[in-house]
Amino acid sequence: MTTELVDRKIYEREELATGTDAVAHAVRLADVDVFSAYPIRPYTGVMDRLAKFIADGKFDSEYIIADGEHSQFEIAKHASSVGARAFAGSSGTGWLYATEALAATATDRLPLVALVGNRALDDPGAFGVEHNDAMLVRDLGWLIVWASTAQEALDTTLIAYRVAEDPSVMMPCAVAIDGGYLTHSQHIVKIPTKEAVQKFLPPYNLGTRRMHPDNPVSIAPQINEDWGMEIRRQNWEAARRARGVIYRAYKEYNEVFHSSYANPFFEEFMMEDAEIALIGMGTVTSAAKAAVKLLREKGVKVGYVKLRWFRPFPAEELRESLSEVRAVGVIDRDFAHGGPDDGGVLFNDVRAALYHSSNRPQIVDFIGGLAGREISIEDVARMVRITANHKGEGELVTWIRVREGNGAGMERKGGD
Amino acid sequence: MAQGWRGKEAIEMATTTGVSKEEFKNAKLYKSVHGIDMEEFYTSGHRTCQGCESALVMRDFVKASGPRTVVTGATGCMYVANTSYMTTPWVVPWMHTQLGGGGASAVGMAAGLRALMRKGKIPDEKINVINFSGDLGGGDMGLGGISGALQTDYDMLIIIYDNESAANTDIQATNMTPWGAQTTFTPTGSKKRIMHDKWKKNVAPMLAIGHPNCKYVATACATFPPMDYMNKVKKALSIGGPTLIHTMDPCPKGWDYHPRYSGDLGQLAIKTGIFPLYEIIKGEVNYTYDARKTKRVPVREYLEKQGRFSHFIEDDFEFVQSRVDEMWNDWEIPGVAPIKGWLSVRR
Repeated sequence: MTTELVDRKIYEREELATGTDAVAHAVRLADVDVFSAYPIRPYTGVMDRLAKFIADGKFDSEYIIADGEHSQFEIAKHASSVGARAFAGSSGTGWLYATEALAATATDRLPLVALVGNRALDDPGAFGVEHNDAMLVRDLGWLIVWASTAQEALDTTLIAYRVAEDPSVMMPCAVAIDGGYLTHSQHIVKIPTKEAVQKFLPPYNLGTRRMHPDNPVSIAPQINEDWGMEIRRQNWEAARRARGVIYRAYKEYNEVFHSSYANPFFEEFMMEDAEIALIGMGTVTSAAKAAVKLLREKGVKVGYVKLRWFRPFPAEELRESLSEVRAVGVIDRDFAHGGPDDGGVLFNDVRAALYHSSNRPQIVDFIGGLAGREISIEDVARMVRITANHKGEGELVTWIRVREGNGAGMERKGGD
Repeated sequence: MAQGWRGKEAIEMATTTGVSKEEFKNAKLYKSVHGIDMEEFYTSGHRTCQGCESALVMRDFVKASGPRTVVTGATGCMYVANTSYMTTPWVVPWMHTQLGGGGASAVGMAAGLRALMRKGKIPDEKINVINFSGDLGGGDMGLGGISGALQTDYDMLIIIYDNESAANTDIQATNMTPWGAQTTFTPTGSKKRIMHDKWKKNVAPMLAIGHPNCKYVATACATFPPMDYMNKVKKALSIGGPTLIHTMDPCPKGWDYHPRYSGDLGQLAIKTGIFPLYEIIKGEVNYTYDARKTKRVPVREYLEKQGRFSHFIEDDFEFVQSRVDEMWNDWEIPGVAPIKGWLSVRR
């Protein structure tokens, strides 16, 4: 690097931006045609920022304040159906309120990009991060990707449009960022130029499915048993094809923006010669990396895998990455009560992926950070210890930083 | 059955009713049935029941709207019976939207088209954006979404086709089912003769009164008076901004009558005054069949022709008649605003 911190042909400037600010810049730069808003913490900042762009004449888009999340996502879906690039977003229970529209957006194969500012589900109300909201659509035909820094949130939003709108994919994509920890924390973000973004992101083209009088089609008529299997199958194949498109998209992104994304699906941190590995999604990465560094200094051979793409799930790549480790600890910022071995959602996905590994490691689960509770460096160090000491017997799930019993009158515990 | 099907009086009402010619000079209103286009944009391929008047509502709105139209249909009988895969009756682009998604689907399409035209991504032209939702989808579940749509400034028309039941799922009561009607949710029984003891929700006026951006709200019946409904579609599409039409659709299956009487029952609904026919243009109410000025047919003649009211006793007929009389005699704006009816100012 010379005195210029950024290449001015690619980046217009640097800005101190929150995660939602960063996504707003990406939406503006993607020349989104229609976006619809409805307030709920903590994702809302993205809509506040986009509204200000509109007010200041910096962004040309239709902007609709909806009457609820269901309408918000129906608006975005139908805008997408006429060939307009659309954006929406939500958090927690608001995302769930839109569920019917979310499911239909996916089955209609409309490549909407949505921001999920992860938030705990009601009841009782809580603003903090939990991943269950975004995970709700994991089986419905949505692509889901987690970003863990503001820069990554910007990059990922542009990549999400590129992948979702690829003619061989045509699936909606949820960009998930942890509520509070990323939606509201500021990072230095490089803001790309419009020209560079145009080089990376081709115009949205819905082709022969576009709702326009020049293209008289009937979309989503009743199928029943006659065609349902074939349509589901096409969607299944598109999700498989998405893996290859994701590889290409990151490669193109690296070329245009001089970024250095290696494996697009996850980032491997100190995984060379690691015997113990932790894997997690979102902002827990900061604490995890810090803990891994400290433990490495003490000679513990530990690494961390930061998973980005949750759907499609990179099973093959994870088998490869985790093939040399002895034990894996999965950090679940979610819950799946009554699921297999009472583990979280990510745990059971990772475990399923590793089942077919020739060198299957031990695998344990950590449920923590729910409703926004902090996961500290010490917490991660404890996870590493438990993972390393696991002998393949006994309880597979450890709740991190939780009051035991019914919690009444008990002090909050940090570490063990 | 009812008289006056081709009555001169009715045709005059449909075409002249006090609407200033200036207001709709670009609407190209039909002046006689001979002027109605022959070309169809809703054709064969559907499997609606014989005598289905909601199907006529579909056929007529798109005929009035013409080929430069995009349509969404909310879940309901006009989704399920209309559009089986690969046998669509729609000649114009049509897309399904969720049961409560009607209003939002129109907003999405209108916003998308506006943005694409402004940015030069598609040619700039007038494209009619229409959603239809049933009484269950539009009047109950989707009411909030339609309210949201009427608060926007997009050009679009939402049609609530009202056959007074959830006709797709085997005739269940909705909040627009009339008082006393039998449905599978509201059967008559030995202990309770009247299970559906709610008066029909008055959806069109509620939406008209609460939404200052909405310049045109109308009620209509596809068969009576002739051309009235199609001209209302043309008016709604020409006036600009979000608009709403609520149609009264006799349903042989749900109302239990012979399919040949659909036209007559629609006519009777209007002539008895149980379904008020009007348009609200920029806040002004214009009766397109003024039941105050004509001698109303007793509601009994309308009710007793339908199996869904077969359990009615004398008291029931009288009760319905008294509510209809109250609507026309006592309401501040009959059929629209029940001030001095069951809603009044405390003195």
